[in-house]
Amino acid sequence: MSFNFDLVIQSFPLLLLGAGITIKITALSVGLGMIIGMFVGIARISHVTPLRMLAAVYIDFLRGTPLLVQIFLIYFALPLMLDQRVDPFVAAITACGINSGAYVAEIFRAGIQAIDKGQMEAGRSLGMTWVQTMRYIIVPQAFKNIIPPLGNEFIALLKDSSLVSVIGFEELTRRGQLIIARTYGSLEIWLSVAVIYLVMTLAISRLVAYMEKRLKTS
Amino acid sequence: MIDIKDLRKSFKDHEVLKGINLHINPKEVVVIIGPSGSGKSTLLRCMNMLEEPTSGKVVVDGIELNGEANINKAREEIGMVFQRFNLFPHMTVLQNITLAPMKVRKISKEEAEKTAMELLTQVGLADKADEYPPQLSGGQQQRVAIARALAMKPKVMLFDEPTSALDPEMVKEVLDVMKSLADKGMTMAIVTHEMGFAREVGDRLLFVDEGQIIEQGPPKDVFDNPKEERTKLFFSKIL
Repeated sequence: MSFNFDLVIQSFPLLLLGAGITIKITALSVGLGMIIGMFVGIARISHVTPLRMLAAVYIDFLRGTPLLVQIFLIYFALPLMLDQRVDPFVAAITACGINSGAYVAEIFRAGIQAIDKGQMEAGRSLGMTWVQTMRYIIVPQAFKNIIPPLGNEFIALLKDSSLVSVIGFEELTRRGQLIIARTYGSLEIWLSVAVIYLVMTLAISRLVAYMEKRLKTS
Repeated sequence: MIDIKDLRKSFKDHEVLKGINLHINPKEVVVIIGPSGSGKSTLLRCMNMLEEPTSGKVVVDGIELNGEANINKAREEIGMVFQRFNLFPHMTVLQNITLAPMKVRKISKEEAEKTAMELLTQVGLADKADEYPPQLSGGQQQRVAIARALAMKPKVMLFDEPTSALDPEMVKEVLDVMKSLADKGMTMAIVTHEMGFAREVGDRLLFVDEGQIIEQGPPKDVFDNPKEERTKLFFSKIL
Protein backbone atom coordinates (compact mmCIF):
# COMPACT_ATOMS: atom_id res chain seq x y z
CA MET A 1 0.00 0.00 0.00
CA SER A 2 1.30 3.40 -0.84
CA PHE A 3 0.18 6.78 0.39
CA ASN A 4 0.17 9.45 -2.31
CA PHE A 5 0.96 12.61 -0.40
CA ASP A 6 0.98 14.72 -3.56
CA LEU A 7 -2.66 13.84 -4.12
CA VAL A 8 -3.51 15.18 -0.68
CA ILE A 9 -1.74 18.46 -1.43
CA GLN A 10 -3.28 18.77 -4.89
CA SER A 11 -6.79 18.06 -3.67
CA PHE A 12 -6.59 20.20 -0.58
CA PRO A 13 -7.71 23.52 -2.11
CA LEU A 14 -10.77 21.82 -3.63
CA LEU A 15 -11.61 20.11 -0.36
CA LEU A 16 -11.25 23.39 1.51
CA LEU A 17 -13.72 25.00 -0.85
CA GLY A 18 -16.09 22.15 0.00
CA ALA A 19 -15.42 22.75 3.70
CA GLY A 20 -16.36 26.38 3.21
CA ILE A 21 -19.69 25.28 1.75
CA THR A 22 -20.17 22.83 4.63
CA ILE A 23 -19.67 25.71 7.08
CA LYS A 24 -22.10 27.85 5.13
CA ILE A 25 -24.84 25.19 5.14
CA THR A 26 -24.25 24.47 8.80
CA ALA A 27 -24.34 28.13 9.84
CA LEU A 28 -27.49 28.86 7.87
CA SER A 29 -29.17 25.67 9.09
CA VAL A 30 -28.25 26.41 12.70
CA GLY A 31 -29.63 29.93 12.28
CA LEU A 32 -32.88 28.57 10.88
CA GLY A 33 -32.90 25.82 13.51
CA MET A 34 -32.44 28.34 16.33
CA ILE A 35 -35.36 30.47 15.20
CA ILE A 36 -37.63 27.45 14.70
CA GLY A 37 -36.35 25.84 17.88
CA MET A 38 -36.98 28.88 20.03
CA PHE A 39 -40.59 29.20 18.95
CA VAL A 40 -41.32 25.46 18.96
CA GLY A 41 -39.58 25.10 22.33
CA ILE A 42 -41.69 27.87 23.85
CA ALA A 43 -44.84 26.49 22.18
CA ARG A 44 -43.99 23.13 23.74
CA ILE A 45 -44.49 24.56 27.24
CA SER A 46 -47.21 27.13 26.51
CA HIS A 47 -50.62 26.91 28.12
CA VAL A 48 -52.35 26.76 24.75
CA THR A 49 -53.03 23.06 24.27
CA PRO A 50 -53.26 22.93 20.43
CA LEU A 51 -49.98 24.84 20.19
CA ARG A 52 -48.34 22.46 22.63
CA MET A 53 -49.59 19.43 20.72
CA LEU A 54 -48.49 20.83 17.38
CA ALA A 55 -45.00 21.42 18.79
CA ALA A 56 -44.90 17.88 20.16
CA VAL A 57 -45.87 16.42 16.77
CA TYR A 58 -43.19 18.51 15.05
CA ILE A 59 -40.51 17.36 17.45
CA ASP A 60 -41.60 13.71 17.38
CA PHE A 61 -41.73 13.56 13.60
CA LEU A 62 -38.36 15.18 12.99
CA ARG A 63 -36.54 13.32 15.71
CA GLY A 64 -38.26 10.04 14.88
CA THR A 65 -37.32 9.89 11.21
CA PRO A 66 -33.83 9.80 9.69
CA LEU A 67 -32.40 13.09 8.42
CA LEU A 68 -31.49 11.28 5.19
CA VAL A 69 -35.15 10.43 4.60
CA GLN A 70 -36.13 14.02 5.40
CA ILE A 71 -33.64 15.26 2.80
CA PHE A 72 -35.15 12.87 0.22
CA LEU A 73 -38.64 14.03 1.14
CA ILE A 74 -37.75 17.66 0.59
CA TYR A 75 -35.60 17.22 -2.49
CA PHE A 76 -37.48 14.45 -4.34
CA ALA A 77 -40.99 14.20 -2.88
CA LEU A 78 -41.82 17.84 -2.27
CA PRO A 79 -41.21 18.88 -5.93
CA LEU A 80 -43.83 16.31 -6.98
CA MET A 81 -46.34 18.02 -4.69
CA LEU A 82 -45.36 21.53 -5.72
CA ASP A 83 -44.81 20.59 -9.35
CA GLN A 84 -41.62 22.60 -9.24
CA ARG A 85 -37.96 21.72 -8.89
CA VAL A 86 -36.33 22.50 -5.55
CA ASP A 87 -32.85 24.00 -5.61
CA PRO A 88 -30.36 21.64 -3.88
CA PHE A 89 -28.99 24.46 -1.74
CA VAL A 90 -32.46 25.47 -0.55
CA ALA A 91 -33.37 21.82 0.00
CA ALA A 92 -30.19 21.20 2.01
CA ILE A 93 -30.69 24.16 4.32
CA THR A 94 -34.40 23.58 4.74
CA ALA A 95 -33.92 19.91 5.60
CA CYS A 96 -31.05 20.54 8.02
CA GLY A 97 -32.71 23.62 9.51
CA ILE A 98 -36.10 22.12 10.29
CA ASN A 99 -34.42 18.96 11.55
CA SER A 100 -32.13 20.94 13.80
CA GLY A 101 -35.15 23.02 14.92
CA ALA A 102 -36.61 19.95 16.61
CA TYR A 103 -33.46 19.28 18.62
CA VAL A 104 -32.99 22.96 19.46
CA ALA A 105 -36.64 23.11 20.61
CA GLU A 106 -35.94 20.41 23.17
CA ILE A 107 -32.78 22.22 24.27
CA PHE A 108 -34.77 25.43 24.69
CA ARG A 109 -37.55 23.68 26.58
CA ALA A 110 -35.07 22.17 29.02
CA GLY A 111 -33.26 25.50 29.37
CA ILE A 112 -36.47 27.34 30.13
CA GLN A 113 -37.74 24.72 32.55
CA ALA A 114 -34.45 24.94 34.44
CA ILE A 115 -35.20 28.57 35.35
CA ASP A 116 -36.64 28.89 38.85
CA LYS A 117 -40.42 29.23 38.62
CA GLY A 118 -40.24 32.17 41.01
CA GLN A 119 -38.93 34.20 38.06
CA MET A 120 -42.15 33.70 36.11
CA GLU A 121 -44.18 34.45 39.23
CA ALA A 122 -42.24 37.66 39.87
CA GLY A 123 -42.76 38.83 36.29
CA ARG A 124 -46.45 38.00 36.32
CA SER A 125 -47.01 39.58 39.73
CA LEU A 126 -45.65 42.84 38.30
CA GLY A 127 -48.44 42.83 35.73
CA MET A 128 -46.36 41.62 32.80
CA THR A 129 -47.98 39.15 30.42
CA TRP A 130 -46.72 35.61 29.94
CA VAL A 131 -45.12 36.61 26.63
CA GLN A 132 -43.42 39.69 28.14
CA THR A 133 -42.09 37.66 31.05
CA MET A 134 -40.77 35.01 28.66
CA ARG A 135 -39.12 37.60 26.46
CA TYR A 136 -37.49 39.84 29.05
CA ILE A 137 -36.88 37.49 31.95
CA ILE A 138 -37.00 33.79 31.17
CA VAL A 139 -35.50 33.45 27.67
CA PRO A 140 -32.45 35.70 28.32
CA GLN A 141 -31.58 33.58 31.36
CA ALA A 142 -32.27 30.34 29.51
CA PHE A 143 -29.83 31.38 26.76
CA LYS A 144 -26.93 31.23 29.18
CA ASN A 145 -27.83 27.70 30.24
CA ILE A 146 -28.24 26.33 26.76
CA ILE A 147 -25.00 27.45 25.17
CA PRO A 148 -23.19 24.13 25.82
CA PRO A 149 -25.99 21.91 24.41
CA LEU A 150 -26.42 24.33 21.49
CA GLY A 151 -22.71 23.95 20.77
CA ASN A 152 -23.15 20.19 20.69
CA GLU A 153 -26.07 20.59 18.33
CA PHE A 154 -23.93 22.80 16.08
CA ILE A 155 -21.25 20.10 15.95
CA ALA A 156 -23.78 17.33 15.30
CA LEU A 157 -25.30 19.32 12.48
CA LEU A 158 -21.92 20.07 10.92
CA LYS A 159 -21.26 16.34 10.69
CA ASP A 160 -24.80 15.49 9.58
CA SER A 161 -24.56 18.05 6.80
CA SER A 162 -22.42 15.46 4.98
CA LEU A 163 -25.72 13.71 4.23
CA VAL A 164 -26.71 16.41 1.74
CA SER A 165 -24.00 15.01 -0.54
CA VAL A 166 -26.64 12.47 -1.60
CA ILE A 167 -28.60 15.13 -3.46
CA GLY A 168 -25.47 16.13 -5.30
CA PHE A 169 -24.83 19.24 -3.30
CA GLU A 170 -21.09 19.90 -3.40
CA GLU A 171 -20.08 20.28 0.18
CA LEU A 172 -16.99 18.65 1.70
CA THR A 173 -18.08 15.01 1.52
CA ARG A 174 -19.39 15.30 -2.03
CA ARG A 175 -16.17 17.03 -3.14
CA GLY A 176 -14.26 14.10 -1.68
CA GLN A 177 -16.40 11.59 -3.58
CA LEU A 178 -15.91 13.49 -6.84
CA ILE A 179 -12.12 13.65 -6.43
CA ILE A 180 -12.00 9.93 -5.65
CA ALA A 181 -14.08 9.14 -8.73
CA ARG A 182 -11.37 10.84 -10.76
CA THR A 183 -8.22 9.72 -8.93
CA TYR A 184 -9.19 6.49 -7.05
CA GLY A 185 -7.37 7.91 -4.00
CA SER A 186 -9.85 6.66 -1.40
CA LEU A 187 -7.34 6.45 1.43
CA GLU A 188 -5.80 9.88 0.90
CA ILE A 189 -9.03 11.75 0.25
CA TRP A 190 -11.23 10.19 2.95
CA LEU A 191 -8.47 10.74 5.50
CA SER A 192 -8.14 14.36 4.40
CA VAL A 193 -11.91 14.82 4.58
CA ALA A 194 -11.99 13.30 8.07
CA VAL A 195 -9.17 15.57 9.27
CA ILE A 196 -10.93 18.68 7.91
CA TYR A 197 -14.19 17.72 9.69
CA LEU A 198 -12.22 17.09 12.88
CA VAL A 199 -10.52 20.48 12.75
CA MET A 200 -13.88 22.20 12.23
CA THR A 201 -15.65 20.41 15.09
CA LEU A 202 -12.72 20.98 17.45
CA ALA A 203 -12.74 24.68 16.58
CA ILE A 204 -16.45 24.92 17.38
CA SER A 205 -16.13 23.10 20.69
CA ARG A 206 -13.28 25.43 21.71
CA LEU A 207 -15.34 28.45 20.72
CA VAL A 208 -18.31 27.22 22.76
CA ALA A 209 -16.09 26.57 25.78
CA TYR A 210 -14.74 30.10 25.49
CA MET A 211 -18.21 31.64 25.25
CA GLU A 212 -19.37 29.60 28.21
CA LYS A 213 -16.49 30.91 30.27
CA ARG A 214 -17.12 34.49 29.21
CA LEU A 215 -20.80 34.25 30.10
CA LYS A 216 -20.07 32.69 33.45
CA THR A 217 -17.93 35.61 34.53
CA SER A 218 -20.38 38.26 33.31
CA MET B 1 -59.66 47.14 48.72
CA ILE B 2 -59.59 43.35 48.73
CA ASP B 3 -62.78 41.36 48.92
CA ILE B 4 -62.73 37.58 49.14
CA LYS B 5 -65.90 35.50 49.10
CA ASP B 6 -66.09 31.78 49.88
CA LEU B 7 -62.62 31.10 48.50
CA ARG B 8 -61.75 27.45 48.10
CA LYS B 9 -58.62 25.85 46.77
CA SER B 10 -57.78 22.18 46.37
CA PHE B 11 -54.57 20.55 45.26
CA LYS B 12 -55.71 17.18 43.89
CA ASP B 13 -57.81 15.68 46.71
CA HIS B 14 -56.42 17.92 49.41
CA GLU B 15 -58.49 20.99 50.22
CA VAL B 16 -56.09 23.73 51.33
CA LEU B 17 -58.56 26.60 51.64
CA LYS B 18 -62.01 25.74 52.93
CA GLY B 19 -64.19 28.72 52.24
CA ILE B 20 -62.41 31.93 53.18
CA ASN B 21 -64.29 35.22 53.53
CA LEU B 22 -62.15 38.26 54.03
CA HIS B 23 -62.45 41.97 53.49
CA ILE B 24 -59.38 44.21 53.65
CA ASN B 25 -59.98 47.95 53.91
CA PRO B 26 -57.85 50.60 52.25
CA LYS B 27 -54.78 51.47 54.36
CA GLU B 28 -55.33 48.43 56.53
CA VAL B 29 -52.38 46.24 57.49
CA VAL B 30 -53.52 42.65 57.85
CA VAL B 31 -51.06 40.14 59.24
CA ILE B 32 -51.74 36.47 58.58
CA ILE B 33 -50.21 33.87 60.88
CA GLY B 34 -50.68 30.16 61.31
CA PRO B 35 -48.85 26.84 61.36
CA SER B 36 -47.05 25.68 58.24
CA GLY B 37 -49.41 23.97 55.82
CA SER B 38 -52.34 25.95 57.19
CA GLY B 39 -52.98 27.57 53.80
CA LYS B 40 -51.87 31.09 54.70
CA SER B 41 -49.45 31.42 51.77
CA THR B 42 -52.00 29.92 49.40
CA LEU B 43 -54.54 32.48 50.61
CA LEU B 44 -52.12 35.30 49.91
CA ARG B 45 -51.21 33.89 46.47
CA CYS B 46 -54.89 33.73 45.57
CA MET B 47 -55.07 37.50 46.10
CA ASN B 48 -53.15 38.02 42.84
CA MET B 49 -54.03 34.71 41.19
CA LEU B 50 -50.56 33.22 41.32
CA GLU B 51 -52.65 30.40 42.71
CA GLU B 52 -55.91 29.85 40.89
CA PRO B 53 -58.80 29.21 43.30
CA THR B 54 -60.97 26.16 42.79
CA SER B 55 -64.02 28.29 43.53
CA GLY B 56 -64.99 31.59 45.09
CA LYS B 57 -64.50 35.21 44.22
CA VAL B 58 -61.61 37.61 44.67
CA VAL B 59 -62.08 41.33 43.95
CA VAL B 60 -59.15 43.73 44.21
CA ASP B 61 -59.59 47.47 43.80
CA GLY B 62 -62.93 46.88 42.13
CA ILE B 63 -61.58 44.41 39.59
CA GLU B 64 -62.83 40.85 39.82
CA LEU B 65 -59.94 38.45 39.25
CA ASN B 66 -61.27 36.36 36.38
CA GLY B 67 -59.96 36.19 32.87
CA GLU B 68 -56.44 36.96 31.68
CA ALA B 69 -57.07 40.66 30.93
CA ASN B 70 -58.64 41.41 34.32
CA ILE B 71 -55.95 39.53 36.18
CA ASN B 72 -53.15 41.40 34.39
CA LYS B 73 -54.93 44.69 35.04
CA ALA B 74 -55.38 43.94 38.73
CA ARG B 75 -51.80 42.75 39.13
CA GLU B 76 -50.59 46.21 38.11
CA GLU B 77 -52.20 47.42 41.34
CA ILE B 78 -50.97 44.56 43.53
CA GLY B 79 -47.31 44.47 44.51
CA MET B 80 -45.91 41.18 45.70
CA VAL B 81 -42.82 40.39 47.74
CA PHE B 82 -41.65 36.78 47.85
CA GLN B 83 -39.86 34.73 50.44
CA ARG B 84 -37.02 34.02 48.01
CA PHE B 85 -36.90 37.60 46.61
CA ASN B 86 -37.13 36.42 42.98
CA LEU B 87 -35.08 39.29 41.64
CA PHE B 88 -34.00 38.98 38.01
CA PRO B 89 -30.34 37.92 38.26
CA HIS B 90 -29.41 38.95 34.71
CA MET B 91 -30.40 42.58 35.27
CA THR B 92 -28.92 45.31 37.44
CA VAL B 93 -30.82 46.49 40.49
CA LEU B 94 -31.97 49.55 38.53
CA GLN B 95 -33.15 47.45 35.56
CA ASN B 96 -35.01 45.14 37.94
CA ILE B 97 -36.99 48.09 39.19
CA THR B 98 -37.59 49.91 35.90
CA LEU B 99 -38.59 46.93 33.71
CA ALA B 100 -42.25 46.55 34.64
CA PRO B 101 -43.08 50.27 34.82
CA MET B 102 -41.60 50.69 31.31
CA LYS B 103 -43.17 47.59 29.76
CA VAL B 104 -46.51 47.55 31.55
CA ARG B 105 -47.21 51.15 32.49
CA LYS B 106 -45.37 52.42 29.36
CA ILE B 107 -43.44 55.01 31.36
CA SER B 108 -40.35 56.58 29.75
CA LYS B 109 -36.93 55.28 30.74
CA GLU B 110 -35.93 58.61 32.31
CA GLU B 111 -39.03 58.78 34.45
CA ALA B 112 -38.81 55.11 35.45
CA GLU B 113 -35.18 55.55 36.47
CA LYS B 114 -35.96 58.67 38.44
CA THR B 115 -38.69 56.86 40.37
CA ALA B 116 -36.40 53.86 40.84
CA MET B 117 -33.66 56.00 42.35
CA GLU B 118 -36.13 57.63 44.72
CA LEU B 119 -37.34 54.21 45.84
CA LEU B 120 -33.80 52.92 46.24
CA THR B 121 -33.02 55.94 48.41
CA GLN B 122 -36.13 55.17 50.41
CA VAL B 123 -34.96 51.60 51.10
CA GLY B 124 -31.38 52.81 51.71
CA LEU B 125 -29.76 51.24 48.66
CA ALA B 126 -29.19 54.12 46.23
CA ASP B 127 -25.51 53.17 45.96
CA LYS B 128 -26.37 49.66 44.71
CA ALA B 129 -28.28 50.72 41.59
CA ASP B 130 -25.73 49.32 39.13
CA GLU B 131 -24.96 46.08 40.92
CA TYR B 132 -26.44 42.69 40.12
CA PRO B 133 -28.73 40.98 42.63
CA PRO B 134 -26.42 38.03 43.38
CA GLN B 135 -23.81 40.54 44.62
CA LEU B 136 -26.16 41.77 47.36
CA SER B 137 -26.93 40.30 50.78
CA GLY B 138 -30.32 38.71 51.39
CA GLY B 139 -31.62 41.71 53.28
CA GLN B 140 -30.50 44.06 50.53
CA GLN B 141 -32.08 41.84 47.86
CA GLN B 142 -35.37 41.83 49.71
CA ARG B 143 -35.32 45.62 50.00
CA VAL B 144 -34.69 45.85 46.25
CA ALA B 145 -37.62 43.47 45.72
CA ILE B 146 -39.83 45.77 47.76
CA ALA B 147 -38.65 48.77 45.72
CA ARG B 148 -39.34 46.82 42.51
CA ALA B 149 -42.92 46.14 43.60
CA LEU B 150 -43.42 49.75 44.71
CA ALA B 151 -42.21 51.08 41.35
CA MET B 152 -45.52 50.02 39.83
CA LYS B 153 -47.20 52.35 42.34
CA PRO B 154 -49.48 49.57 43.57
CA LYS B 155 -52.50 50.13 45.77
CA VAL B 156 -51.94 46.92 47.73
CA MET B 157 -48.79 45.10 48.78
CA LEU B 158 -48.68 41.38 49.48
CA PHE B 159 -45.79 39.94 51.50
CA ASP B 160 -45.25 36.18 51.48
CA GLU B 161 -42.97 35.42 54.44
CA PRO B 162 -40.59 38.21 53.42
CA THR B 163 -38.05 37.56 56.18
CA SER B 164 -38.12 33.76 56.37
CA ALA B 165 -35.17 33.27 54.03
CA LEU B 166 -33.00 35.89 55.72
CA ASP B 167 -30.16 35.58 58.18
CA PRO B 168 -31.32 36.85 61.58
CA GLU B 169 -29.25 40.03 61.50
CA MET B 170 -30.95 41.14 58.26
CA VAL B 171 -34.53 40.72 59.37
CA LYS B 172 -34.80 44.12 60.99
CA GLU B 173 -33.72 46.15 57.96
CA VAL B 174 -36.51 44.57 55.91
CA LEU B 175 -39.13 44.91 58.64
CA ASP B 176 -38.17 48.57 59.06
CA VAL B 177 -38.88 49.23 55.39
CA MET B 178 -42.22 47.46 55.71
CA LYS B 179 -43.07 49.43 58.82
CA SER B 180 -42.37 52.77 57.14
CA LEU B 181 -44.58 51.62 54.26
CA ALA B 182 -47.40 50.86 56.69
CA ASP B 183 -46.90 54.26 58.33
CA LYS B 184 -47.36 55.89 54.93
CA GLY B 185 -50.78 54.29 54.63
CA MET B 186 -50.10 51.40 52.23
CA THR B 187 -52.70 48.64 52.24
CA MET B 188 -50.82 45.47 53.12
CA ALA B 189 -51.42 41.76 53.58
CA ILE B 190 -48.49 40.05 55.24
CA VAL B 191 -47.86 36.38 55.89
CA THR B 192 -45.14 36.18 58.52
CA HIS B 193 -43.70 34.40 61.52
CA GLU B 194 -42.46 37.67 63.05
CA MET B 195 -44.84 37.95 65.99
CA GLY B 196 -43.30 41.13 67.42
CA PHE B 197 -43.74 42.84 64.07
CA ALA B 198 -47.31 41.55 63.76
CA ARG B 199 -48.19 43.00 67.14
CA GLU B 200 -46.51 46.34 66.48
CA VAL B 201 -47.47 47.05 62.87
CA GLY B 202 -50.62 45.07 62.18
CA ASP B 203 -54.08 46.63 62.34
CA ARG B 204 -55.64 43.21 62.27
CA LEU B 205 -54.28 39.76 62.99
CA LEU B 206 -55.65 36.70 61.22
CA PHE B 207 -54.97 33.26 62.61
CA VAL B 208 -55.38 30.64 59.88
CA ASP B 209 -55.38 26.90 60.44
CA GLU B 210 -56.42 24.00 58.22
CA GLY B 211 -57.67 26.30 55.49
CA GLN B 212 -59.94 28.42 57.65
CA ILE B 213 -59.73 31.73 59.47
CA ILE B 214 -59.95 30.56 63.05
CA GLU B 215 -59.72 33.89 64.78
CA GLN B 216 -59.15 37.53 63.94
CA GLY B 217 -58.98 40.90 65.61
CA PRO B 218 -56.58 43.61 66.75
CA PRO B 219 -53.20 41.91 67.23
CA LYS B 220 -52.97 42.87 70.88
CA ASP B 221 -56.34 41.24 71.68
CA VAL B 222 -55.59 38.07 69.79
CA PHE B 223 -52.11 37.70 71.27
CA ASP B 224 -53.12 38.50 74.85
CA ASN B 225 -56.57 36.91 74.95
CA PRO B 226 -56.94 34.25 72.26
CA LYS B 227 -60.47 32.88 72.33
CA GLU B 228 -60.09 29.73 70.27
CA GLU B 229 -58.38 26.59 71.52
CA ARG B 230 -56.37 26.20 68.32
CA THR B 231 -55.04 29.74 68.58
CA LYS B 232 -54.01 29.12 72.17
CA LEU B 233 -52.32 25.87 71.19
CA PHE B 234 -50.42 27.62 68.37
CA PHE B 235 -49.22 30.42 70.64
CA SER B 236 -48.23 27.94 73.33
CA LYS B 237 -45.86 26.37 70.81
CA ILE B 238 -44.24 29.50 69.46
CA LEU B 239 -44.27 32.16 72.17
